[in-house]
Amino acid sequence: MDYSITPIAVSLTVNGQSQTVEAFPMERLLDVLREQLRLTGVKEGCGEGECGACTVVFNGEIVNSCLIPMAQVDGSEITTIEGVALADGQLNRVQQAFVEFGGAQCGICTPGMVLAAMNLLERNPHPSESEIRDGLAGNLCRCTGYMKIFEAVLHACESQKEDTLPQN
Amino acid sequence: MRAFIPGYQLITPESLDQALTLLAQEPGRWRPFAGGTDLMVLLEAGKLPHKNYVNIWSVQELHGISVTDSTVKIGALTTYSEIQAHPVLQLEFRMLCIAASETGGLAIQNRGTIGGNIVNASPAADSPPALLAYDAQLELVSTKGGRRIPYSEFHRGYKEMDLGEDELLASIYLPRSDTKLIQYYRKVGTRKAQAISKVCFAAVADVRDSTIETVRIALGSVAPIPLRCKATESFLEGKLIRESFIELAQSELGREIAPITDVRSTKEYRLQVSQNLLEEFLRSFNTLRYESPISL
Amino acid sequence: MNDADKNLMGASAPRKEGRKKVTGAALYIDDISFPGMLYGVTVRSPLARGRVNNISFTGDLPWDEITKVTAEDIPGENYVALILNDQPYLAKDIVNHPEEPLLLLAHENEYLLEKARRSVRIEIEELPAVLNLEDSLNRKHVIWGSDNVFKSFLVNKGDVDQAWSRAAFVIEGTYETGAQEQLYIENNGVIAVANERDGVTVWGSMQCPYYVHKALVKLFNLPEEKVRVIQTETGGGFGGKEEYPSLIAGHAALLAWKSGRPVKVIYDRAEDMVATTKRHPSRTQHRTAVDANGKLLAMEIGFVIDGGAYCTLSPVVLSRGTIHAAGPYYSPNVRIRSSAVATNTPPQGAFRGFGAPQSIFALERHFDRVAKTIGLSPEEFRRRNFIRRGETTATNQVIQEEVDLSALLDRALNLSNYYEKRERFEKENSHSKIKKGVGFASFMHGAGFTGSGEVYLASVVGLEASADGLVRVLSASTEIGQGTNTIFCQIAAETLDLPYESIEITQPDTSVVPNSGPTVASRTCMIVGKLVESAALSLKQTLIGSGLLREGYSPAEFKQACADFHKRFGPLRATSKYQPPENVFWDDEKYQGDAYGAYAWAVYVAEVSVDMYTYEARVEDFVALQEVGKVINPVLAAGQIEGGVAQAIGFTLFENVVWQDGRMVNNQMTNYIIPTAADIPPIHVYFEENPYPFGPAGAKGIGELPMDGGAPAILNAIENATGISFTQVPLMPEMLMNGLGRSE
Repeated sequence: MDYSITPIAVSLTVNGQSQTVEAFPMERLLDVLREQLRLTGVKEGCGEGECGACTVVFNGEIVNSCLIPMAQVDGSEITTIEGVALADGQLNRVQQAFVEFGGAQCGICTPGMVLAAMNLLERNPHPSESEIRDGLAGNLCRCTGYMKIFEAVLHACESQKEDTLPQN
Repeated sequence: MRAFIPGYQLITPESLDQALTLLAQEPGRWRPFAGGTDLMVLLEAGKLPHKNYVNIWSVQELHGISVTDSTVKIGALTTYSEIQAHPVLQLEFRMLCIAASETGGLAIQNRGTIGGNIVNASPAADSPPALLAYDAQLELVSTKGGRRIPYSEFHRGYKEMDLGEDELLASIYLPRSDTKLIQYYRKVGTRKAQAISKVCFAAVADVRDSTIETVRIALGSVAPIPLRCKATESFLEGKLIRESFIELAQSELGREIAPITDVRSTKEYRLQVSQNLLEEFLRSFNTLRYESPISL
Repeated sequence: MNDADKNLMGASAPRKEGRKKVTGAALYIDDISFPGMLYGVTVRSPLARGRVNNISFTGDLPWDEITKVTAEDIPGENYVALILNDQPYLAKDIVNHPEEPLLLLAHENEYLLEKARRSVRIEIEELPAVLNLEDSLNRKHVIWGSDNVFKSFLVNKGDVDQAWSRAAFVIEGTYETGAQEQLYIENNGVIAVANERDGVTVWGSMQCPYYVHKALVKLFNLPEEKVRVIQTETGGGFGGKEEYPSLIAGHAALLAWKSGRPVKVIYDRAEDMVATTKRHPSRTQHRTAVDANGKLLAMEIGFVIDGGAYCTLSPVVLSRGTIHAAGPYYSPNVRIRSSAVATNTPPQGAFRGFGAPQSIFALERHFDRVAKTIGLSPEEFRRRNFIRRGETTATNQVIQEEVDLSALLDRALNLSNYYEKRERFEKENSHSKIKKGVGFASFMHGAGFTGSGEVYLASVVGLEASADGLVRVLSASTEIGQGTNTIFCQIAAETLDLPYESIEITQPDTSVVPNSGPTVASRTCMIVGKLVESAALSLKQTLIGSGLLREGYSPAEFKQACADFHKRFGPLRATSKYQPPENVFWDDEKYQGDAYGAYAWAVYVAEVSVDMYTYEARVEDFVALQEVGKVINPVLAAGQIEGGVAQAIGFTLFENVVWQDGRMVNNQMTNYIIPTAADIPPIHVYFEENPYPFGPAGAKGIGELPMDGGAPAILNAIENATGISFTQVPLMPEMLMNGLGRSE
């Protein structure tokens, strides 16, 4: 077997679109999303899996894209913040609540935080404040002190609009 | 990001056999790569000198949890999220579920694996103390076959383990118990979530008529390895529970562990807190301390 | 501006750039790339102090492809223009702190570049270093100037020396605070394009485009119009991007100048934490004379801060800390001696609060000690000494507004069930391994630049309306999450009687916007917002004055008037320049007079629990009550308080910078701990409004206020819970354990 290190072809579906990219096997999914696919909504805050700014949905679960090597991405389905607004471009209920209730200040943690919040509501449509805290504990925010993020998530629960992560 | 990415190889074998053959062919050249939650952090810090990895994530034989009357078998590639979701683990091995829920945040729990945690061999890992207290066994496989060892004999020294260069950790076995055991798990970290532990304490006890029939105590972050505290266990076993021997047990524990001062905490703190948690554990026998069930 | 039909002041208009932020469309500097762009990195000193003898390039790397910049390549002055101009962009032969920049490299392949950075060998001869405040004060070695002192102040009111003998009680105490990392989630980053013919253009994450502009003008020796600085969406600043961006921008620009290509310099988290500014560590000594009735006779305060290796903003941090050191109390005699000293550590800098969190921590801890010593409750001692209208502060500023701090205190204590909890905890603590307690801090924060600072800044704001009736605000004030864009649009819309949606913010770009001063000192709403209001008034008056519009107009009529104006007269623009309020006097030499135009007043109450098995202290509940003039946007205002309180909780219980040989060794998010969603208590925010006549709609500045009261309130509560007095922050469980142990 030839073990020389050359870029590999990786097929993935991102926000409903099939893509094939070339990347080094250990290249971070974060970098491929940002640089090759120009999905700059995914952010690097720490490069060590602590801050959650790089959160994406990976085969239905939230993960830190800074910790995923491309060699493990083939055949995966990924959703980034660019893929969660509603079909007509309207903000989904979580995004809308973040804007209205002060869940976003500087905005750098927001894409990861919104995805984590959406994932939480998908698994638990009516979380208590304590469950919201635990569900978002992997996403660090330095601006808000988290209070308005909790409020935004609680309001999003109450919203009548039916939406989950888009089925594309 | 401080790694020279083009210098790293990560290849995906087609099967467990192929993975094992690779490991056997050039001993030491290939190392396994599971969920990446430890290795990628080292990579990005520029602290991953080893360059060649075999991606075992896709090896089906290493996934899955199965249950028999006597044992729960957990595949090495079971994630922390999968552990927390399993009904038998929730009911009978709650400490392991708590440990899994306190390891990183949800995004880490979806990718981090129990096998990776064991083989990464950090003395601060959250699950190993629970596994030690449950008297887990490990199954290690290679092209030469498989072998089982008690987990308590796996870690030999700091980052040194009973694992050949051609071997993979395949499964973890937890023996089920008929008797009602007291279980106590407490991780003291740098904050409430997403924290590396300063002290991690896991213990099970079988207490009948106020006597400690059996007890197993394991600690993390107080020695170069996750530590079974056998001397302390011997001291406690067979004893009638009395207020007066709590301090003696604490002294015993103090002699058995070897905490250090590092960037996160001090030797004195780790020592004192370990002894305090032992006290909290022993006092819990009256109140049968249970945490509320884990739910995602 | 009349009151009828006005409903934007006090309304929670949705964040202006909110949609961009929740869809990932907001572009931060690392999201931007230019064709032909190179990446740039900084090679830094491994030692705290030394002489560099040689730099060599090792390893099998294409060094001829890699752009290198040293101090020799600097076209203009090798210093970061700020206050004392002592900080070099690149060290030449002497280095004065770990991570000091020595050399810059650029290449188009980031991976290769990182390899190159690690392959630079620096031969450096170690020199004796000063690594802590004590050694600096004692002049173990003189490492800066003639005596290690960047700046000193002396504030003298009355005559403290005659008070000690008259006092019924004299109480002393020493209090310390550690460094704190701003930890904005977006690291520092810049892209530069630079050449001799066109000049220098820089885009980046920053709070003060004109600071960067001033620095680059000097670095490149270019005329002002040939330097252009543009702020991109900024992911948090908190002061950490007040002065630091001048340095990183200069680095990127130097690489661009030498290579002829655009250059992007982005720090990773480890570099940002280890190399950039932090909050100044401090030590405060108090000596307080009190009479038999518990009234203050004298306060003597010694306040010292550690500025790191270069001056940066230390004199101003010192100034603010000094002026706030005696708090919202009346004392007839006050003496404050303060200094900022140098150590061989990376220079410290601005961080929310800017000296006040340090001196207020000391004061509010000390006053609980004073109360205990003389036999009064902490709240009663405060009540007897709160400053009132007509009384003078430590700098002899006469308080002009009606302020009732006793009422504020009482309200805060009621809102937090302070008395009920104190009583209950005392009973419960005796039979629990979890000790609970309550504590409070009462404080104020002066908004805007000190004294004549705002006059010196001479801020200008512009407003223009297009032929389509679209109104744009032109200011250098940056949105960094605090709500600048939203507030300015609310104010302009309110003043112009237009919908909020029809006002836009121009991206801060020094070639387009006037200098409205830096985005610091809690001045953006109060000072610059007022200028937005007056510029808007001026624009309105221009239209009305021209006869094209009549009072009581509709938005459609406004739009028509703009079209007409453009046709008839050309561009429609108004500017407004800062005018100080009358009767404000400040003596910069004696440090006497009206230090700040407005103070926001606050009382914060913390409930804590201390686990006696693990010595972990947790804030269980927090009440933040403040009087702020006018709340322009309730959601944004509460957001500022909650965010500041969270940072204060971090400052108090979690954020410990671990130093070794002058370097931060826990420079990773794994080991430098900020609170997660699971660590923050419910934070209850309440506002009172006593309008400040010179703020827009009466608003005072509030951005930094919430940083000041958390630490002392929490430590006061811990003392209530455990009986032990702790006098330093961060208070880690290890220290709590030691303190409890000593008392047994």
